[in-house]
Amino acid sequence: MFLTDYIKTVYGTLGSLLKGMRLTGYYFTHKKEIITQQYPEVRPVLAERFKGEVVMPHNENNEHRCTGCTACELACPNGTIKIVTKTEVNAEGKKKKAIDTFVYRLELCTMCNLCVQACPSDAIIMANNFEHSVYDRRQFTKVLNLPGSKIMEGVE
Amino acid sequence: MLEEIGTNDQGDMIINIGPQHPSTHGVLHLVITLNGETVKKVEPHLGYIHRSIEKMCESLNYRQFIYVTSRMDYLSSHINNHACALCVEQGLQLEIPSRAQVIRVLLDELTRIASHQLWWGALAMDLGAFTPFFYAFREREMINEIMEETCGARLTMNYIVPGGLMMDVHPDFQRKVKAFLVQFRSKIHEYDELVTGNVIFQSRTKGVGILSKEDAISYGCTGPTGRGSGVSCDIRKLYPYEIYQQLQFDEVLEQGGDSFARYKVRIGEMIQSMNIIEQLIDNIPEGDFQAKTKAVLKLPKGDFYSRVETARGELGVYIISEGGTTPYRIKFRSPGFSNLSALDHMSRGGKIGDLMATMGTLDLVIPDIDR
Repeated sequence: MFLTDYIKTVYGTLGSLLKGMRLTGYYFTHKKEIITQQYPEVRPVLAERFKGEVVMPHNENNEHRCTGCTACELACPNGTIKIVTKTEVNAEGKKKKAIDTFVYRLELCTMCNLCVQACPSDAIIMANNFEHSVYDRRQFTKVLNLPGSKIMEGVE
Repeated sequence: MLEEIGTNDQGDMIINIGPQHPSTHGVLHLVITLNGETVKKVEPHLGYIHRSIEKMCESLNYRQFIYVTSRMDYLSSHINNHACALCVEQGLQLEIPSRAQVIRVLLDELTRIASHQLWWGALAMDLGAFTPFFYAFREREMINEIMEETCGARLTMNYIVPGGLMMDVHPDFQRKVKAFLVQFRSKIHEYDELVTGNVIFQSRTKGVGILSKEDAISYGCTGPTGRGSGVSCDIRKLYPYEIYQQLQFDEVLEQGGDSFARYKVRIGEMIQSMNIIEQLIDNIPEGDFQAKTKAVLKLPKGDFYSRVETARGELGVYIISEGGTTPYRIKFRSPGFSNLSALDHMSRGGKIGDLMATMGTLDLVIPDIDR
């Protein structure tokens, strides 16, 4: 009785171990099952919606859509965005508020997408870039509006 | 803490495990009193990853505070966000469109599967098997890709806003989820072959870290830890939220109370979550994904409580409002904290090697315990 139990345990143990070994052996010999990507050589294809960083798209005339309403600044939970506005006088002599600098501090950003949602004129979007490493942390403070850029016609 | 290393008056050895130990899954610090190899006492020390999330939430408005809760239990961040949104919606008395409800539940269950897969791999690694970790990540990667495509992030999604969802699901969502279901159904037998049936794993978990039903109730253990001891504590069944009432699924219960019972509960939950997803994936109703809300959310004066079932147990969100745009006080009832408190009771009298197996099956996420 004891002997049969003992032999059963031994064979059961061996069977359970071989079962696992068979599975790992299967994947060891089937190379097409490998799903690992060689990252720096093979560039990953990221999803369109991936939230990497906030950018302000400009068109070919160096124009953006930001009116300087500071809705994104108020929506941001971390104080990532700071908008400095200036007053511009347009051709008809009317005074108009416009952005001077749109300061974006990447090191404070958590990519929560709340600023993009809050923007009434679709001036900022989330970009796909995810490689943010720099040697100096001062480089994380970015000015999103390009030098010399102005607001697009018709955006209020 | 450092002077505690050594022996106490009775000649017992005192050992520190953590806060930088690979098998504590984070910055958990355990001070263990040992008699030879036998554990006499386990004392968890917390506070290494305390970020005062509850206090931070007091200065953020009701739209902003949700993103912080992703950083509590990062493996079920979507479910955390869900709990907070439910609490705010309760205060605002909002009706959520049915499309948003279905998508929320779908993503909840995907998050639960992903969390359990990571736990399965990490548990096997705690017990010395390294291979299962890679097999778990293969399927988890598919869920992460679905999340990336729809929510824009892989771990801290922040996809839920009070009133519904931040944006509509990606057009590819249904196809990808179905592909995942086919893949996971065809591969789940590997989980059993590699770990469940393995004799070494069984002898390391069976009869180890026993928590009786009465103790599980008195320690407030919820989730798979409670259900492994036979306590029926699934919030989705007991206090259904969203559309869980209309769904067909079983609450996985095991009576053993040992580490192996908790393991089996989680494996069973993955299959139940797949059943839920299969019921919903073809029946996503058309319509809005977000209810109309005011630009500035203000909760009426009073207190509000909501609870959901995360991958680890019951998460409660308690908001006290003074009628302003920010909460007066927020309290989170995190499942991990209660489950960790039972660790001392479970591992007393056992061996130090079994402590790791017990801790692994509790599925602790330290940022959730510390907040």
